[in-house]
This record gives sequence, C-alpha cells and structure tokens, in this order.
Amino acid sequence: MPLLEIKNLHVEIDGKPILKGLDLTVNAGEVHAIMGPNGSGKSTLAYVLAGKDDYTVTDGEVLFNNRNIFDMAPDERAAAGLFLAFQYPLEIPGVATMTFLRTALNAQRKKRGEAELSTPEFLKKVREVAGRLSIEQEMLRRAVNVGFSGGEKKRNEVLQMALLEPRLAVLDETDSGLDIDALKIVADGVNHLRASSRAFVVITHYQRLLDYIVPDIVHVLSRGRIVKTGGKELALELEARGYAEYQEEAAA
Amino acid sequence: MNAEVAKVAMIKTAAETALTRTYTQARDQLPGDDAIAAQRAAAFDVFAREGLPHRRIEDWKYTDLRALMRDAKPLAGPPDAAAKACAKTAGAMLGDVETRRLVFVDGAFVPELSDTANLERGLTVRSLADALTAGDAALAGHLGKLAPADDVAVALNTALMGDGAVIRIAANSTIERPLHLVFVSSGKPAATFMRSLVVVEPGARAMLIESHEGPAGGDYQVNAAVELFVGDGAHMDHVKVIGEGADALHVSTLAAAIGARSRFNAFTFTAGGAVVRNQLFLRFDGEDTVAGVRGATLIKGAQHADTTLVASHIARGCQSREMFKTVLDGEAHGVFQGRIIVRPGAQKTDAKMMTQALLLSERAEADNKPELEIYADDVQCGHGATAGALDDDLKFYLMARGIPAHEAEALLIRAFLGEAIEGIEHAGLREALMDAATAWLAARGGEAAHA
Repeated sequence: MPLLEIKNLHVEIDGKPILKGLDLTVNAGEVHAIMGPNGSGKSTLAYVLAGKDDYTVTDGEVLFNNRNIFDMAPDERAAAGLFLAFQYPLEIPGVATMTFLRTALNAQRKKRGEAELSTPEFLKKVREVAGRLSIEQEMLRRAVNVGFSGGEKKRNEVLQMALLEPRLAVLDETDSGLDIDALKIVADGVNHLRASSRAFVVITHYQRLLDYIVPDIVHVLSRGRIVKTGGKELALELEARGYAEYQEEAAA
Repeated sequence: MNAEVAKVAMIKTAAETALTRTYTQARDQLPGDDAIAAQRAAAFDVFAREGLPHRRIEDWKYTDLRALMRDAKPLAGPPDAAAKACAKTAGAMLGDVETRRLVFVDGAFVPELSDTANLERGLTVRSLADALTAGDAALAGHLGKLAPADDVAVALNTALMGDGAVIRIAANSTIERPLHLVFVSSGKPAATFMRSLVVVEPGARAMLIESHEGPAGGDYQVNAAVELFVGDGAHMDHVKVIGEGADALHVSTLAAAIGARSRFNAFTFTAGGAVVRNQLFLRFDGEDTVAGVRGATLIKGAQHADTTLVASHIARGCQSREMFKTVLDGEAHGVFQGRIIVRPGAQKTDAKMMTQALLLSERAEADNKPELEIYADDVQCGHGATAGALDDDLKFYLMARGIPAHEAEALLIRAFLGEAIEGIEHAGLREALMDAATAWLAARGGEAAHA
C-alpha cells in the first residue's frame, strides 16, 4: 500500500488554478524529488498536503496511509505522521523553542494515544538531535526562530522533523538561502532519518541539494502537473538543460 | 450644543438620585472629624455639579458611566459571618505567593482575617476607618493630595469613603513580604467605597498587591482608590488584580507621586467584572526615576474594561515604559486611554507607551487612545497602538506541528500577554498571573468547544 497517493489533484487560490491534475504515488522507504520552475505549483503542493486553508481543492483526492487527508485538520495530519519543513519557517515571538517542541511532541503523542514524554526523556532526546544538527543549547532557549539566521531556521525545521519522527516528510525548498556548509548539515540530518518505514518528498528548484540527499525518483512539475518522472540522473539533466522544454510541453 | 449638554446634565438618572440620597443619609455617620466632613462635602459638590461622567466628557468617552450604571446600590452594611466566609478563598489568583493579607469584606476591614501580627520593622498598618475615627497625622498631609479632585469617580470615593488601609513604610526599610489588600465582596447588592493611603518613605522597598473579587452573579458596585506616595530612592511595586464577579461594577483609581531616583512598577491584571474602569494617575516628581507601567486585560462575553492612564513627567531625566495588552472575546469592549504629559521642566524624559489589543471574535471591540502632550524640547517619547486578530500563519505553523487549534491559539495569546506580564519583577507573581491567563484561556477553549 502506498504511503501517499495523490490522484488528479486540482487546486486553486483566489479562483486561479495552480495544480491542474497532479498525480503522485510515494511508497515507504522512498525519497522523491520534485523539481520545477518558479510558479509551477511546488509550494502549493506542500501547503495543500499540510492543510493550509488559503487553497481550494476543486478536484481529485489525496490519501495518506489510506486516509483522505482533506477530512483531517493540519494537527491531525501531523499526528498521523505528515511533516512539512517550511520554506520560510515562521518566527513566533514569546514562545520559547523548548516549549514549542515539547507542546508539539506531546500533542502528537496524546492524539496517538501514547504517554507524554517525561522532562528528562524529552531533554535527552532534544540534546541528542540538536547535537547532530550543530544546534547550540542557547538557540533552544530563544523564542521560536526569533533572531535565527536563515540556516539556523532550516536546521530548526530538521530538528523538529527529527523529534517528531514523521512517516512522510515534505521538504519545501529546504536548500534555499543555505550556504554549502549549512546545506551539508541539513542534508546529513535528513539522511540520518532515512528509513524503510519513512518517505521523503524533497521539493527543490536546484539540483544541488540532491547531491546530498540522493533521491530514488525525480519528478518534473510544470504548470501544475507532473510532466516527467525519472531516476536521479533526471536532476542532472535538468541542471544542464533547464526547464524550458517542459514548460513548452505543459503549455501545449 | 452647550445648552443641550446643560439640559442633559440637569436630568438626573436613577443612579445619580440614589447616590445623592446615599450621601445625604450617610454623611453624619461616615467616619472623620469636621475637616474630613468638609473634604467629603467639597467632593460631593463636584459630583452634584457634574453628575456621573458620560460620553461627552472626553476622559469618559468610551465608558459612559451614566448609561452603564443603571442604579446605585446602597452602602454595604458591616459584613456578617457568611460574608466573611467569602474571604477564605480570596486571592487564589495569586497562586502560592506568600503575602501579608489585610482583608476587607464588603468594604470593611476584618482584623480577625488579617495578618497584622509581627509586623516587620518600619511597617505601620491601620484601617482607614480607625484612622479617621481616632485621628491620624498622616491623613491631613496626604489624604486627597494625589487623587484628582475633579474626577467624579474619585470625588464619589472621597465623599463616601468608609474604610481602607493606611500604610506607612519607614525610610530605608525593606519589607520582603508583599502587602496584600484583599478586597472581597459577598455579592450582596451593595456599594463599597474604599480609600487607602500608602506612604513609602525615602529609600524604602516594598510591594503592594490589591486584589478585588466577588462571586459571579453578585450585583455589587466597587469604588476603590489608593493614594501612593513614593519617596526619593525608594523601590515600590504595585500590582492590582481585578477578578470581580461577572455582574459587578468596578471603578478603581491609583494615584501616585514618585520621588527622585526611585524605581516604580505598576501592573494591573483585569479579568473580572461586567464594567471595569481602572484609572492610573502617576506623577514623576523627582529626577532620574525608572518606571514600568503595565497591564493585561482578558475579557469576554459582554464585559467592558477601560484602563485610563495619565503619566505626568514633572522632573527631568525619568524613564517610563507603559505597556498594556488586551485580549477580547465574544462581544467584549476594551478601552485603553493613555496620556503621557511631559512638563517644561522634564527635559531628558524617556517615555514609551505601547498598547495592543488582540481580538478573538468579530464582535469584540477595542478602543485605543494613546496621547502625548510634550512641553519640553529635549525628550524621547513615543507611542504605538495595534489592534488585530491572531496571526493565521503562525497558528497554521503550530498546527502543522500537531498542536490542536485551541492549544495553538492559547500559546500565541500567552506569548502576546507574556510581553507585558514578564515586566513583573516578582517571579512567583509573574507565574501566578501567567497561570491565571492560562486558566482563562482554558475556560475559553472549553466554551468554544461547546459552541
């Protein structure tokens, strides 16, 4: 059974069609890359999966673990194992990072009928993951993402992902705004989480990230549809030749 | 226009007629000597002339007391045993902060419920009724010296004051345990007028907490005023917690004069009452004082809460920070009027005021009126006001991490209030008020879930 099944998905924002019949199937253990030019609908796909309500789904369905995700609120999707690493992680003044992490983790556990983590268990877990991502304890004492650099915000996203241990992680342009060192740290964090029970959808404009997070399958998204699917070599091809031919194809 | 105003003022409302009757009947029994009686009479004249403040009086524009006060309750009688029993759980909002409790039930000091034994060195405490009856040198020099005589709420308080606390903190003494004026109403349909006088001598350090509570459903009226004198080099904190019952009318005033090189912090936490008017009249009389004036208001249903602040910088070099946060749900109406006045002599004043309202419902209303009146040319002053709903993007971010909607909202609201509450220096009190806010939010979440 696929972990994620998107069938003929049509999505509009303010009456303007963005996704126009998107199909995608992701199985556990796979890493998919979705590449495409600006405005092709990459971020829309990410937000629709996570449940942002600015979008109108006009047709199609999305099954996650065989459940219709449109019946689930964003927090229910998260508790069911769906995680979105935001392209632009938000700053939340006044909410301490540790409070945020703990509230999120325990809310998910509670919804799944699991016991809340004790303080020592929680701290141990955070320290372990933070260490792997070179996240200083001092950063964790600050308000969520407030005063964080672009790289720190992205590392914080991966920290959340590692703590929440999702079944499916959607990474929305996690490479944007990262220098090469930060990119490696983030990629290492992601690779560490690769498992046969877990899948990733890595959304990116550039091939560079895929040198570090090597995908099993690469899709080209253009004008709201997947127009080509191939192996990891497709990413290199795109890097060399650009998106022009796919944009024409999609328009035709 | 003027003729119209005059005509309106001439027709007395039921509440105005009742207040006149109350004063006429009570004036011979109210405590105090001839000088006090004359002070009461002069104050009552202000009320007789002006009537209850209404929307055409600029300072009361958003809190039309004339319309909001349908009647005036008779003066509360001495509390009986049942009324006194109400005081047992009072002050719960302060959590486990250990305080020296001075308990007032239905406007009267109750010694047997109060903690007046083993007073710290330098601390003097007595009831106003006692001071007025027996005479007290402190009264002549202080009573009525700070509270603005032309404010009708203050005038009524002066005319009808029955009891309160008279506290003196001697020079250079530090009173570790916060002094806690516990004002409790039994819920009887009655009015109380309480006046307190606090004199903090130079170099002294203390904290004064006022809490005002009463049962839900109690149709009572409270008018409480505190005059606070803070000497040079003193460090004084004032915290007021307004947790009145849902049907109560509460008007309270803090009038303070702060000396040179002092530290002064004031915080008001408002969660209760049908109609609340919280007035602060602060005067920075001495140089180089640092002050923080903050507040958090959480109201819902048809509650109306007004905070009116006048901070006057008289002497040079003082710094004041004003920050007031209001969270409104249902059809609640929040008002903040803040005026910073910088007198010609107050060069190098550094004053910044911020007021923010968070509207959780379409029907809630917030009126923010910040004002600066500056008569000096070398100052740094600023103010800001915002009103808005919760940020949907932030809420989505939290929900995308698995946090349910009501919990996500509570986190964001706590963060919003936290910015003001964190200004409280006393850690225990800070936590207690944060917990009180959390409890309010939890109750709100419960109601929203049932809706």
